[in-house]
Amino acid sequence: MGDLFHYEFMVHAFEAGTVIAIVAGAIGYFVVLRGTAFAAHALSHIGFAGATGAVVLSLNPIIGLLAFTLGAGVTIGALGSRLRERDVTIGIVLAWTLGLGVLFISLYRGYATAAYAILFGEILGISTTDVTVTLVAGLITLAATIALYRPLLFSSVDEDLAAAKGVPVTALSIAFMAILAVAVTEAVQVVGVLLIFALIVTPAAIAVRFTCRPGVAIAIGIALALAFTWLGLTIAFYSPHPVSFFITSLAFATYVLVRLAVPFRARIRRIAISPTA
Amino acid sequence: MTEQPAIVARDLAAGYGSRAIWTQANFAIEAGSFTAVLGPNGSGKSTLVRLVLGLLPPASGVIEVLGEAPRRGNPRIGYVPQGSNFDPELSIRGRDFVALGVDGHKWGVRLTGRAQVENAVDSSLTSVDAGGYADRPLGRLSGGEQQRLLLAQALIGRPQLLLLDEPLSHLDVRNQQAIVQLISAVARERQLTVLLIAHDVNPLLPHIDHVLYVAHGKLAMGEPAEIITSASLSRIYSSPVEVLRDSRGRVFVVGLEEEVSHPHG
Repeated sequence: MGDLFHYEFMVHAFEAGTVIAIVAGAIGYFVVLRGTAFAAHALSHIGFAGATGAVVLSLNPIIGLLAFTLGAGVTIGALGSRLRERDVTIGIVLAWTLGLGVLFISLYRGYATAAYAILFGEILGISTTDVTVTLVAGLITLAATIALYRPLLFSSVDEDLAAAKGVPVTALSIAFMAILAVAVTEAVQVVGVLLIFALIVTPAAIAVRFTCRPGVAIAIGIALALAFTWLGLTIAFYSPHPVSFFITSLAFATYVLVRLAVPFRARIRRIAISPTA
Repeated sequence: MTEQPAIVARDLAAGYGSRAIWTQANFAIEAGSFTAVLGPNGSGKSTLVRLVLGLLPPASGVIEVLGEAPRRGNPRIGYVPQGSNFDPELSIRGRDFVALGVDGHKWGVRLTGRAQVENAVDSSLTSVDAGGYADRPLGRLSGGEQQRLLLAQALIGRPQLLLLDEPLSHLDVRNQQAIVQLISAVARERQLTVLLIAHDVNPLLPHIDHVLYVAHGKLAMGEPAEIITSASLSRIYSSPVEVLRDSRGRVFVVGLEEEVSHPHG
C-alpha cells in the first residue's frame, strides 16, 4: 500500500478523486430524484465541444468545458419541467455539439491524446493547481447544494406544490443545473465526458434502492462514489488498464448486484397489492 | 354569518395572455363552508385554483383570499395539487414529504427545531390516520395512501383554507368516499374552508354546502340541490343540459362536456 502514495500523481489523483466523489455523490441524489439523469449525461457531452474548442483556441480545455456545460445547464434548467419534450431537444443539441467536437479535433492536428483524455478522463495527470481548483470548485458546489437543500428537495418531489408554497421553482431549476454543470466539469477529469454517469448517477441510483430517507441516501451515494474512486485508483495502480474502466465497472457491478438483491421484497409486495400493475 | 367570506370574486376574469378562460365571475365562498368545484375538463377549474394561490394574476376584476390579495406561499392556505400520483420510483419517505410542508420553502438544511417539525408531522399524520405507512417510500404507496399524505402535508401549517385539486380522480369509489369523509370531518373540526375540484359530484353530495360550476367560460355558484338541475344548468349555460338520476340516486350531468375547446385547465 506504501508505494501507492509514493508517486505524486497518485496523491493528486486521490485528492482530486475524493473531492469529486463527494460532490458527485451528493449532487447525484438530486439528479436521480428530479429525473434529470439524461440531462446530466448530455451536459458532459455538450461540454466536449467546449473542451475541444478551447484547445483549438489554445485555452485550457476545462474553461471551454465549464463554459459549455454552464450554458447548456442554464438553458435546460430554464426550459422547465416538461421532461418528455426536453429529452428530445437535449438529444438533438447533444448530437450537434458532439459533431462540433469532432470538427474541433480535426482542426487541431496531433490532438488525439488530449481528446482521449477529455472523453475518458485523465485523473493520473492531475497537477497541484488542478487539485486546488477542484477543491475550490467542489466546496462551492457543495455549499450551493446545502444552501438550496430544502427547496430543491421540495421542488424535486412536487414542483406544483413547491411553487404554491412560494419556492421559486424555475430559478431553482436553473441554479441546480448550473451546480450540476460545475460538478460535471469536475468529474470529467476523473472519468471523462463519456463515462460521467458512473460517478454522478450510479451511486445515487444505488443509494435510493437502500433507503428512502434523503439524508441517508446522500450519505450512501457519497460513500459509494468514494469507494468506486478509491478502489478504482488502487486497482488501476497495480494493473495496466485505465482507471475509468475500473471505476465504471465497480459502479456497474454494484448496481447490478443491488438491483438483483434488494428489490425482491418490495416487488413481491407491489405485485400482491396491485395484480394489474 | 358575520365572518368575512374566505374567497370573494368580483367581475373576475382569468386567462393566459389574450386567451380568456372564463370571465365575469362573481361569487363569495363562505368561511367554514365546503364547496365542490365542478365542470368539464379544460373549463378552467385549476385556473381558479392558480388564481387563489397567487400563481396567476387575474386578467381583470378582483379576487380576495382570506381578506387579502392572493399571494404565493400564503401559509394560511393548504394545497393538494392536481395529478399528484407520485412516480413509483420516487424514493422519499411519506414523513419527509409531509415535513416539507412545514419548512420546505426555507433555504438551507434543517438545523434547529427538528423536534418541533417531527411533532407537527406526527400530529398531522395522526389526524389523517396515515401513521402506519409514513415511513415507506411515497412512490410505493397506493393512491388512497398518497392522498392521505398529501392531505397531511396540506393540513400541517394549520391553514384556514384547503384547496384540493382533483384529489379523488385516481381513487376507486370506496377510497373516494373515505377521503371525502376524512376531509369533511377534519374541516368541520378545524372550521376550515374547503374548495375541492372534482369530476364527479356523487361522492361529494353528502358533504358539500355549495357547488361552483365552471363551464363554457362562466362560473356559477349555488347550493347543490338548486344548481344541479336540468333547468338551472340549461339556463346558466344557455344550452340544453340534462341532469339525470339513477336508481341509487346518483347524479349525472349531460350536455356540458360538449363544445369544450380549451386544451388545458
